Amino acid sequence: MSGATLLKETGPREVFCGLTSIVWLHRRMPDAFFLVVGSRTCAHLIQSAAGVMIFAEPRFGTAILEERDLAGLADAHDELNRVVKDLLDRRPEIRTLFLVGSCPSEVIKIDLLRVAEKLNNELRGKVTVINYSGSGIETTFTQGEDGALKALVPLMQTTNKEQLLIVGTLANAVEDRLIKIFGKFGIENIHSFPPRNSTNLPSIGLGTKVLLTQPYLTETSRELKDRGAEILQTSFPLGVEGSRKWMETAAKAFHVPQSTVDATLEPLIARAQKALAPFIEQLKGKKLFLLPESQLEIPLARFLHNECGMDLIEVGTPYLNREMMKQELDLLPIGTQVVEGQHVEKQLDRVRESSPDLVVCGMGLANPLEAEGISTKWSIEMVFSPIHGIDQAADLAELFARPLHRKNILSQKKPQTT
Amino acid sequence: MELTLWTYEGPPHIGAMRIASSMKGVHYVLHAPQGDTYADLLFTMIERRGERPPVTYTTFQARDLGGDTAELVKGHIKEAVDRFKPQALLVGESCTAELIQDQPGSLAKGMGLNLPVISLELPAYSKKENWGASETFYQLVRSLLTDSEKKSTDHSTNKWKKEGRRPRVNLLGPSLLGFRCRDDVLEIQKILAAHGIDINVIAPLGASPADIIRIEKADANICLYPEVAESTCLWLERKLGIPFSKTVPIGITATQEFLKEVHEILEIDSGNYSESFTNSRLPWYSKSVDSNYLTGKRVFIFGDGTHALAAAKIAKNELGFEVVGIGTYSREMARKVRAAAKDFGLEALITNSYLEVEEAIKNSAPELVLGTQMERHSAKRLGIPCAVISTPMHVQDVPARYSPQMGWEGANVIFDDWVHPLMMGLEEHLIGMFRHDFEFTDGHQSHLGHLGGLKENKSSQPREELTDSSKELCWTPEGEAELSKIPFFVRGKVRKNTEKYAEEIGCKQIDSETLFDAKAYFNSKK
Ligand code: SF4
Repeated sequence: MSGATLLKETGPREVFCGLTSIVWLHRRMPDAFFLVVGSRTCAHLIQSAAGVMIFAEPRFGTAILEERDLAGLADAHDELNRVVKDLLDRRPEIRTLFLVGSCPSEVIKIDLLRVAEKLNNELRGKVTVINYSGSGIETTFTQGEDGALKALVPLMQTTNKEQLLIVGTLANAVEDRLIKIFGKFGIENIHSFPPRNSTNLPSIGLGTKVLLTQPYLTETSRELKDRGAEILQTSFPLGVEGSRKWMETAAKAFHVPQSTVDATLEPLIARAQKALAPFIEQLKGKKLFLLPESQLEIPLARFLHNECGMDLIEVGTPYLNREMMKQELDLLPIGTQVVEGQHVEKQLDRVRESSPDLVVCGMGLANPLEAEGISTKWSIEMVFSPIHGIDQAADLAELFARPLHRKNILSQKKPQTT
Repeated sequence: MELTLWTYEGPPHIGAMRIASSMKGVHYVLHAPQGDTYADLLFTMIERRGERPPVTYTTFQARDLGGDTAELVKGHIKEAVDRFKPQALLVGESCTAELIQDQPGSLAKGMGLNLPVISLELPAYSKKENWGASETFYQLVRSLLTDSEKKSTDHSTNKWKKEGRRPRVNLLGPSLLGFRCRDDVLEIQKILAAHGIDINVIAPLGASPADIIRIEKADANICLYPEVAESTCLWLERKLGIPFSKTVPIGITATQEFLKEVHEILEIDSGNYSESFTNSRLPWYSKSVDSNYLTGKRVFIFGDGTHALAAAKIAKNELGFEVVGIGTYSREMARKVRAAAKDFGLEALITNSYLEVEEAIKNSAPELVLGTQMERHSAKRLGIPCAVISTPMHVQDVPARYSPQMGWEGANVIFDDWVHPLMMGLEEHLIGMFRHDFEFTDGHQSHLGHLGGLKENKSSQPREELTDSSKELCWTPEGEAELSKIPFFVRGKVRKNTEKYAEEIGCKQIDSETLFDAKAYFNSKK
């Protein structure tokens, strides 16, 4: 039985579209290029979300549609072909090219799959071209990563060897750490997806057991399942509790004796709890409101309540995959209000009414809430920061404690804003 | 289709948002998918606003497209009007909605709302942000003034004399996400007040729809930012006979000319602007002996049209620099920038590609770059000092302190902002001179180490970029060695001149002799 009360809301939303995932995906796979086929809006979104570019040559860009591209589709396909070839001529280091669909390209029905196939025929393996959609009419924020990974699955070789596949982008250091711990369990054959090199794709098949690091990989895991992999149902590796369950699930699947698991994890847990203690002190009893954006809201709420003692006012999520989130929902306290979808105005009304101590929200909403005297935390930070695993639990808690701590230091009244 | 890695301007609806967010009592319903809500962060994070932009996004999804998106739009409009109770409503669409042709503007007009509704058509696939801002401001002013009954075409600029009051003007064009608009407005107000000129309306920044209707009460308009306000000023002149000033008061000379122009338009006699020398330090600082080293500094300029043009004049006439490149990303201003470039004997660079700009910077070997935040990055890579003079906005371009670009204080700010990076350059030169001393031998770096001056070996490597662009020209190692003995702050200039000379005489290999020949040749031409 789930502990949460599930509600739905529709109305104006305030969330990023799937294109935003490019901001971290391009860093994970430095030999890949992400070419959005879209409008000036799409280009502007990515550069605004990523901050001013300091790279001479970033590994993402936009093929901006112009008036004449809208007139004839055939020409648009040729045009895209031309743009891709120019790009590849200039950037010979690119191994994988993602053609990323956007709202405009979807609405005018540019067939990116066809363009990709044609290019693959011509390029003969020098560069692999694949496509997915990051459009705002179909995807929210982190769903872009789901789309990109799903598009890579068909390129994976088949193997029936037993292996553990960790799926979802992680900070490299965190990934290394988790693999090391699994190694202590005696699980040796471990691969990551996405890989650090786009051409270094893991193989997949009947012996593969998949452990998801991120809760937003619905389509990817379906695809992996179709290739014979077993998706291990568990919580997500945020906080001590979630990470422990997550690792134990893998251990069980690989028949690691419980004594080995305990012997490996107990010291880590003890250390993590010690590190967590000062933050629990700051977070305990504080009211938390999570606005929907990253899909990480539910596991974060679980961590911040169960381990840090925060009170949950509302847990927003852009969409809810009940099957995938089942374990997490069960861990939430009875009656937790989980709201799927958004009516941003009504939700902000509820924020003001409940006077929370901390609101997790998107970048557009943070300063206006701060100006009203409400402390905030950007949800986008969760996808950029190394927060996964037992060792990171205290760092994760610190992210939420910091704004509260800061408010204490700056013991001034509501600031005047311009 | 155009491959874009980074863009100077957003789409036109961002321009519309700038107008709506600058004003009070205006709401903007934007038919757009959810991802387009990123635009809020431009205002709340870059401009650090404590309010959300007054924008309702319809955030339609793929599954809505099969059904009745028109009803969805109307629902959002009604809710927005009920909730925010604006005095005027802007209705428009972003790139995606433009394709599905719901005509949200017409839908809104058909709803019988009891407030002015302005329908915006901003072609997302051919126009950009500044155009969108300009068009929105124009449509808004036109619509509000046309609706308000009292249309006076019997405007006369000396009416204030007959009415026995001080003359009054409107300041048009300042907006959010415009470069230093917040402070420019204060500075210009101060200066005009000192000359006995009152402000009637400032718009769009801080204006309400009721203020817009009062626009016609002014004796003249001040067009502060042509990118945003020129089309509106032209319309007000044509329709209501209100004249407007065309000089943008950035720099000492321009501010003097601006005052002269405003006095003439308003038919005020007293034309003494000697206050410039008491109220601004730029003229004296520029004349003082230590500014001697500014003479002939090679400067490359790129930005929006207004700021690029102003910068070029200041650089040449007020600081004694040599302008070696000028360009803009504002296509609407291309004609003016081309004309200005011609006066400098240059060809203007009109482009939206920052890589082209970087290439142009490289090729003109400047000692100072005046550009946007992107040129700041490019200049850093090239090891050249840079000052930011134009949008696109970065959080650093909204400083806490008062720092206008316009008027007397603006000139002070400009002097500091442009000269300080060069000061650092000079200090670096000293560090460069002493770099063989033991303190510097083990890679000891000053806090300026990120600039290029210390990276000596960089310039002694063969520079492919240059050989590329100046076809077949190449420096012999001996020539490079001679070049490296020249102080770095003139080295770029010497390299450029020598290559020019070599090309003229048809020499392909540049050695030390070519270098000295070139030096003599250019000296004799002075
Ligand atoms: S929501 Fe659509 S149009 Fe807007 S940036 Fe995202 S993909 Fe582009």
